[in-house]
Amino acid sequence: MKFPVRTVVVHATLAILAIFAVAPLIWMVLASVRPSGTATDLGLQLGSGTLTLANYGAIFTRLHLATAFANSLLIATTVTAISLLLNSMAGYAFAKLRFRGRDLSARLLSAALIVPAQVAMLPLFLLVKQLGLVNTYAGVIIPGLASVFGIFLIRQYAMSLPDALLDAARIDGASELRIYRSVVLPLCRPALLTLGAFTFLGTWNDFLWPLVVLSDSQRQTLPVALANLLGEHVQDVELMTAGATLTVVPPVLAFLLLQRHYVRGILAGGVKQ
Amino acid sequence: MATGRRLSASKAGLILVAPAATAIFVFFFLPVAAALLLGFTDFDIYALADLANLRWVGLDNYAHLLRDPAFHKALRNTAYFVVVGVPASIALSLCAAVLLHERVTRGKAIFRTLLFLPVVTTLVAVAVVWRYIFQPRGGLLNELLAGLGIAPLDWLGDPVWAMPAIMLMAVWKNFGFNMLIFLAALQSIPEQLYEAADLDGAGPVSRHRHVTLPLLAPTFRFVAVITVAGYFQLFAEPYVLTGGGPADSTLSVVLLMYREGFRWWNMGYAAAVAVMLFAILVATTALLLAPGARRGER
Repeated sequence: MKFPVRTVVVHATLAILAIFAVAPLIWMVLASVRPSGTATDLGLQLGSGTLTLANYGAIFTRLHLATAFANSLLIATTVTAISLLLNSMAGYAFAKLRFRGRDLSARLLSAALIVPAQVAMLPLFLLVKQLGLVNTYAGVIIPGLASVFGIFLIRQYAMSLPDALLDAARIDGASELRIYRSVVLPLCRPALLTLGAFTFLGTWNDFLWPLVVLSDSQRQTLPVALANLLGEHVQDVELMTAGATLTVVPPVLAFLLLQRHYVRGILAGGVKQ
Repeated sequence: MATGRRLSASKAGLILVAPAATAIFVFFFLPVAAALLLGFTDFDIYALADLANLRWVGLDNYAHLLRDPAFHKALRNTAYFVVVGVPASIALSLCAAVLLHERVTRGKAIFRTLLFLPVVTTLVAVAVVWRYIFQPRGGLLNELLAGLGIAPLDWLGDPVWAMPAIMLMAVWKNFGFNMLIFLAALQSIPEQLYEAADLDGAGPVSRHRHVTLPLLAPTFRFVAVITVAGYFQLFAEPYVLTGGGPADSTLSVVLLMYREGFRWWNMGYAAAVAVMLFAILVATTALLLAPGARRGER
């Protein structure tokens, strides 16, 4: 009876790993529905006792997280929309159109992949300050307008589009920009969904750059607001875990909805290098 | 007929690439180049107010860095985090991937989603949660350890345990990412190789040692490079969990850069820190890729 033993061991280990992965998230949700002041001493017995949604009201009335939520949503959707447009334009051109300096500029761009974003951050801040964009949405959005990763993701996908299809559109008299809009974009839908999921999650979860640019609490994103509130409200476990839950739910939902596309993006990155 | 008015493919290519290329050039390449220059200046809060106060100081910042105890500390802490955290994270990723790949495993999709979930969560939000989990009194972790008969630890308040605590959280947060990459690599290994190993009488351990591991070598290298690069950029975890303390025991290189540059406005000095981080990353990546390059030549 070798088979059952192995099956049991495999599943038991996987179950332990899965509990390790989700336990902090479950604890977060359970703590967020406890009456104020009761979560601190309840590591394991957290599920028992009174449950309340009062903390979710309090994070909006007392911590003003509705503004931060709206800021995060606005910034993440804007960055996703703009970068999808710019990256898909460039990615398609690199894949299918011949122009001067194409290969050289593609090689230059790929060099950017090894430079950590923090290296650019100090001068970028000075530039944003010079442009008068400190404490503005535009200032946060600027570094996300286009990405090398995004361009290459789209390029890789667009290279698989049949040339015959594009040539047929040319013969029908479609302009190059029209071909991009009406032929290439619809065909690139899977790659656009992948990149969209990546960009939305990455922007929503981003911390250091928004922390640097947004000091005004009216403009702050959820992660920045949460980190700032921690100083004053560290004792309010139930309130802070409610805020953390609010922050985590949108990216988790976005992931669950777009899981297939998101996972494909990770593998595309893995195959490419 | 309309060819005269129509854009040629090459012009269209330039037009389509221009917006993204301009954005990346102005908001990335230019700042990176400027960071190199900034590191040679004494850019500080006075220069921020009036550029007339800016002076070229040559290698002074770098000379100062090499003598700065805070930089030594940050470098040592970050190296500790990378050297212990990365192997721990990769080992857990591989273990999870192998288990998911097992033929007998049921519910693969659900397990995969659950194990991956921490990757997509917001780092700052889950760091807030882990801060409570690490609480010395009544924290979830100490309660679990108490169940095993282990005395409570002051995880984030003890200079010895603060960094291991941050490692634990970092591994929890990101092992799912590499798990997916390993899983894809495992799925690409031909089943016949395992059948051949079975015929040769290989047990479950030895078939992984002699079939799986050698075939995963390129994946290992890729995963090591991206994980090391990510771990070197440690910032939000110490920022939220410990603020770099206690006694600077969790001060990371990027946290030092943030403090110097954006808290105290020593932007010239902070730029030198950023450039050093980049240089270390390039050197480490080259080192990680070296054995593979040699094998390829053979």
